[in-house]
Amino acid sequence: MFVILSISLKVVKQTNKLIMATKNWPLWEVFVRSKNGLEHRHFGSLHAADAEMALENARDVYTRRNEGVSIWVVESKHITASNPEHNGELFEPAQDKVYRHPTFYELPDEVKYM
Amino acid sequence: MIRNLGLVSGSQLNNETNVTPSLSKSLNYRNMKKENLYKYILGIADNSLILGQRLGELCGHGPSLETDIACTNLSLDLLGQVRSYYQYAAKIVGDGRTEDDIAMLRKEREYVNVLLVEQPNTDFAYSMGRQFLFDVYHLLFLDELQKSTDITLSAIAIKSIKEVSYHQRFSSDWIKRLGNGTQESHQRMQTAIDDLWTYTDELFHQSEADIAMVAEGVGVDVTMLKDTYYKKVAEVLEEATLKIPESKYFQKGGKHGIHTEHMGYLLAELQYMQRTYPNMEW
Repeated sequence: MFVILSISLKVVKQTNKLIMATKNWPLWEVFVRSKNGLEHRHFGSLHAADAEMALENARDVYTRRNEGVSIWVVESKHITASNPEHNGELFEPAQDKVYRHPTFYELPDEVKYM
Repeated sequence: MIRNLGLVSGSQLNNETNVTPSLSKSLNYRNMKKENLYKYILGIADNSLILGQRLGELCGHGPSLETDIACTNLSLDLLGQVRSYYQYAAKIVGDGRTEDDIAMLRKEREYVNVLLVEQPNTDFAYSMGRQFLFDVYHLLFLDELQKSTDITLSAIAIKSIKEVSYHQRFSSDWIKRLGNGTQESHQRMQTAIDDLWTYTDELFHQSEADIAMVAEGVGVDVTMLKDTYYKKVAEVLEEATLKIPESKYFQKGGKHGIHTEHMGYLLAELQYMQRTYPNMEW
């Protein structure tokens, strides 16, 4: 009897956990273009039930002080991020290759605005 | 009210020997027009002030951070619009009262907002239901007010209409979400709409000042908006799978200063600082 009760309690607890998990809105990343001609920049993240709500929330949370002319939202789970543990193999090989910067050319004076 | 406004009544004017009857008549007419315009502006502004106050109550208490900020934004939009109206009203009366005096220091019976906007934030469905039922009206109203012969009112309407379009989009979305959401959200949204429905008819009632201002080409004839209003509301409710209430019993009174029991509490909070520390400035 006691065993059955404890098992059923466990089931209830697990179902509650599941409900809690599905109750939270998914996370979205917000990108805002501040001015026409500039690129969209990552502004932050927020919770929303779907893309439309994410856009409206982004408008209210991130552009209420006139910060933007365009908003992109993408659900955070769709972003694949590099693993910080792999930073060595990913980024360090580039550190001693200064010649990859185009700083070794003599520019003629006629070429302006470079 | 006439005494408060510092306006001169007709009989006082006639006692003055140097005023000819025709001049006194035209002065009288001018004063009447001024008073009606003042009352008319309050009729518009009080709706937004009281609704703004209600939305402001949600600050820090919204169901999520995002909705919290959204509701506060709506509130700030409305309070911004309200400033323009009260500034204009203060100019019209011209007796030294400021926009703040008019907004903060009237007694309950002197507020002429509709009953709908003073209804409490019972739950989020009520807050959104109240917002939606007002937004649909507000947008139709401002659309007409843009055509007012009064250039100040017309300018305020033109400036406010973009904000209010967003308000309607926001609240309509929530009606649809809650209506189409879970069984519980559907039930709560339906209850809110059913309860608030009784306050919708008053939106289309006219005070004496309203009628006078419509005749002047200044005011909006709200009776003309009624059919479109109920049609637009029905469209969203249908999309939200909510039932359109059938009740034909409607509450009224706000436009004449007779409010529901919630109004006193709301004003107590709204006016607290000015009443406790008179003339306090921030």
